[in-house]
Amino acid sequence: MSGIHVSTKINGDAVEFVCDVEETLLDVLRDKLGMTGSKEGCSSGDCGACSVTVDGRLTCSCLMLGAEAEGHDIGTIEGVAKGTQLHPIQQKILDHAALQCGVCTPGFVVAAKALLEKNPDPTETEVRFWLAGNLCRCTGYDKIIRAVMDAAAEMRGQ
Amino acid sequence: MARNPDADNAPAPKAVKTSTIEFDADKAKSFKVVGSRPPRPDGMDKVTGRARFGADMVMPGQLVGLILRSPHPHAVIVSIDTTEAEALSGVKSVITRDDFAENADHHDVLCNIMAREKALYEGHAVAAVSATSKAVARKALKLIKIDYQILPHVTDVDLAMAPDAPLLHADMITSGVSPVPTKPSNVAGRSEFGHGDVEAGFAQADVIIERDFKTAATHQGYIEPHACVANVGADGMSELWCCTQGHFHVRQVCASLLGIDVSRLRVTASEIGGGFGGKTTVFIEPVALALSRKAGRPVKIAMSRDEVFKASGPTASSSMNVKIGVTKDGRITAGEGEFRYQGGAFAGAPADFGAMSAFACYALDNVKTVAYDVVTNRPKGAAYRAPGAPMSVYAVESVIAELAGEIGMDPIELRLKNAAREGTKSSYGPKFGSCGLVETLEAARDHPHYSAPLGPNQGRGVASGFWFNFGGETCSTLNINADGTVAIAVGTPDIGGSRAAMCIMAAEELGIPYERVRTIVADTSSLGYNDTTEGSRVTFSSGMAVIKASRKAVTEMCNRAAMIWDIPAEAVTWEDGHAKPSGANAGDFEPMSLAEIAASASKTGGPIAGHHEYNADGAGVSFGTHIVDTEVDPETGRVDILRYTVVQDAGKAIHPDYVEGQFQGGAVQGIGWALNEEYIYGEDGRLQNAGFLDYRMPVASDLPMIDTVIVEVPNPGHPYGVRGVGETGIVPPLAAIANAVSAASGVRLTELPMSPPRVLKAIDDAKVAAQ
Repeated sequence: MSGIHVSTKINGDAVEFVCDVEETLLDVLRDKLGMTGSKEGCSSGDCGACSVTVDGRLTCSCLMLGAEAEGHDIGTIEGVAKGTQLHPIQQKILDHAALQCGVCTPGFVVAAKALLEKNPDPTETEVRFWLAGNLCRCTGYDKIIRAVMDAAAEMRGQ
Repeated sequence: MARNPDADNAPAPKAVKTSTIEFDADKAKSFKVVGSRPPRPDGMDKVTGRARFGADMVMPGQLVGLILRSPHPHAVIVSIDTTEAEALSGVKSVITRDDFAENADHHDVLCNIMAREKALYEGHAVAAVSATSKAVARKALKLIKIDYQILPHVTDVDLAMAPDAPLLHADMITSGVSPVPTKPSNVAGRSEFGHGDVEAGFAQADVIIERDFKTAATHQGYIEPHACVANVGADGMSELWCCTQGHFHVRQVCASLLGIDVSRLRVTASEIGGGFGGKTTVFIEPVALALSRKAGRPVKIAMSRDEVFKASGPTASSSMNVKIGVTKDGRITAGEGEFRYQGGAFAGAPADFGAMSAFACYALDNVKTVAYDVVTNRPKGAAYRAPGAPMSVYAVESVIAELAGEIGMDPIELRLKNAAREGTKSSYGPKFGSCGLVETLEAARDHPHYSAPLGPNQGRGVASGFWFNFGGETCSTLNINADGTVAIAVGTPDIGGSRAAMCIMAAEELGIPYERVRTIVADTSSLGYNDTTEGSRVTFSSGMAVIKASRKAVTEMCNRAAMIWDIPAEAVTWEDGHAKPSGANAGDFEPMSLAEIAASASKTGGPIAGHHEYNADGAGVSFGTHIVDTEVDPETGRVDILRYTVVQDAGKAIHPDYVEGQFQGGAVQGIGWALNEEYIYGEDGRLQNAGFLDYRMPVASDLPMIDTVIVEVPNPGHPYGVRGVGETGIVPPLAAIANAVSAASGVRLTELPMSPPRVLKAIDDAKVAAQ
């Protein structure tokens, strides 16, 4: 078995790793790099718990091979807060009690951040459809949607 | 109630030492922290990805464990040959059932985690390997040779009850039937509940409606698959990290299956990514331990989503008949129901809970329910939020809605006329204490949602629901730290914010800020036995243990202050986080804060702590009423949820955000159950939709906001009035939505899920019938 050498950037830092051909980016993040904030809920791209950004574009890291990260800029949940300073979406999720078990939360944070970077003033319907790729089984989504709308308003300075 | 279905053969121990502290109405008027909404202590870790769940643990030298599963729904396992797999480079251990001794206490669990004589469902584990990588482990699974002799299978509950059905267990003799059957069958047990004379009751009725209902099996659908890391030392000292609702239960079962003393196995509950009853179970943990023992290295097993669907979880599917009689003025004269539930390959379908809760909302003179627990070639079922109740209540509440229509009475009015209340002899036996069904019905009736206008193809439905709630074995320890902060250890995994509730209750008792209290879920070697997080019991039971532990610590702190002041201990009281001299000594000394007493503890007798252990009683029943508006597309059969309101009695909401969260989450799981979710089996007995794409759980774009109303009728068995809130929320939605769909479409649907093809067929059939 010969590994593939990959040079990439994760959360702004240059990272190199060697992975097997069949290993997904999620496998690499979790098992090789110790970045376990991205979760494996289905490994079929249906639950969004493994959401990352690739050059700013929202992606399920379980659907991308580790080798495909070569030369790209990967963003994960570990890079969302700046030190102890939470991103407004993270803060609003806490404020709105928009989590119960919390296993889907990293995926929601990454996905919602990608939404607000693209559309800073989404309607409730737009938020609901953008986040339809992220499954949450605990909350019924109500408080998550409110938290994202509230974060959007705060980021717009309202 | 809601005891662990995995505790199959173990008789329920009788409660010997129980204790309750009665509701304190005066204290409830002056809460300072209870009822506030502070951030949860584990929140920061969860929004940043730091929190460690089952699959996030890594132990040095860890191997990958994988499980080989039967592709057949029913087959004799003639032989298993693991020789080639064992010889593969990188494979460190291979196990089968032969690696476990027979176990009378946990026979069904053992047969479920590792088949030997027969494979009883597609996905039934038959062997497992550990290897240095996933790729090697996968290759090893392919090298295991199993000779199966395929048998006929059955997955439908009614077919499984037929006399000529394929038989799963040659020794299954139906319990609860007299005379005792002479032949085995797939019916594990029959039970009956009720009182009065239903025939006499029906004779008094002006209108009687009788209907048949069916519901599909659904999965709990937690986003985190089961995962664990096991590490067995050469001397047998073992540690296990796993996502579970009950690590003490896991320890007990695993130690028994491995033949080791409980003290040798330390189980740590990871953060848990959802459970809903589905993680009250033991599946992969003994397998990982056995692999680790054989390999001499730690082994991690993480289920795939496909495995989660095929070999964990689901709830029962059901087939039911319900008959209810009512007078023209709205008095229910009799209710009768038969509830047939299949719970997969082993006994334990929650049919009895279904039969007990079916008519629990009503004060009836004449009621009779019969439950059948049936086995089929499906995965062994697990508890799912109010196990058994959503289905039976769906059937009863659908008929109640039809009866209200027949006699021209508002459906909430009909329910109010017959509602169970304090003193009612429940349909399953005991008399209800103080309870809040009437209050939820009145709040629903008075809610603006109930009188809001509806458009074309739209309909409104209402239903009520009930859950028993449970107490159980509980203990907790509270330590006063030298800096005046407080550390609490509980033994009940936190699945919805309960650590925040514990901190609130301790802060309330001690009179200190919430932020100064930290609660952790202790491992099984650090705290005494605790029952599993189930039965909506944690905020009630662990909460009461924390309150009692706090009061013991307060007593000790008063003693310490008395020592410092050199006055009798009885002359010291505790107020607002301070010891104060009282009586004859009042005003003699400056009040001493918790932090001051803590700082001087080393000079007054050493560390200060409080501990409480007990068997919690007096959990207090729970009722809720839901209102839902739906729109049905007559051309496609698609149902949209337009508006949803949950009204439920919480007794007292300790942290209202998380009470609302339980209401909302339960309602949305109910929406999924009502409209889309189902286990679909092919003729071949194989599950056809073992993934989130085809097993369609609700997503954000399917739903409106879920409004909540917290009703608070104090539970007399808790000092703050707390009732469990976790489970009742999933009970009313099935019927509420069915009633709304019927109102919108003009057709009564009696089978779940109400997926578009089924709704469309019902509409089309009604059109044909009308012509």
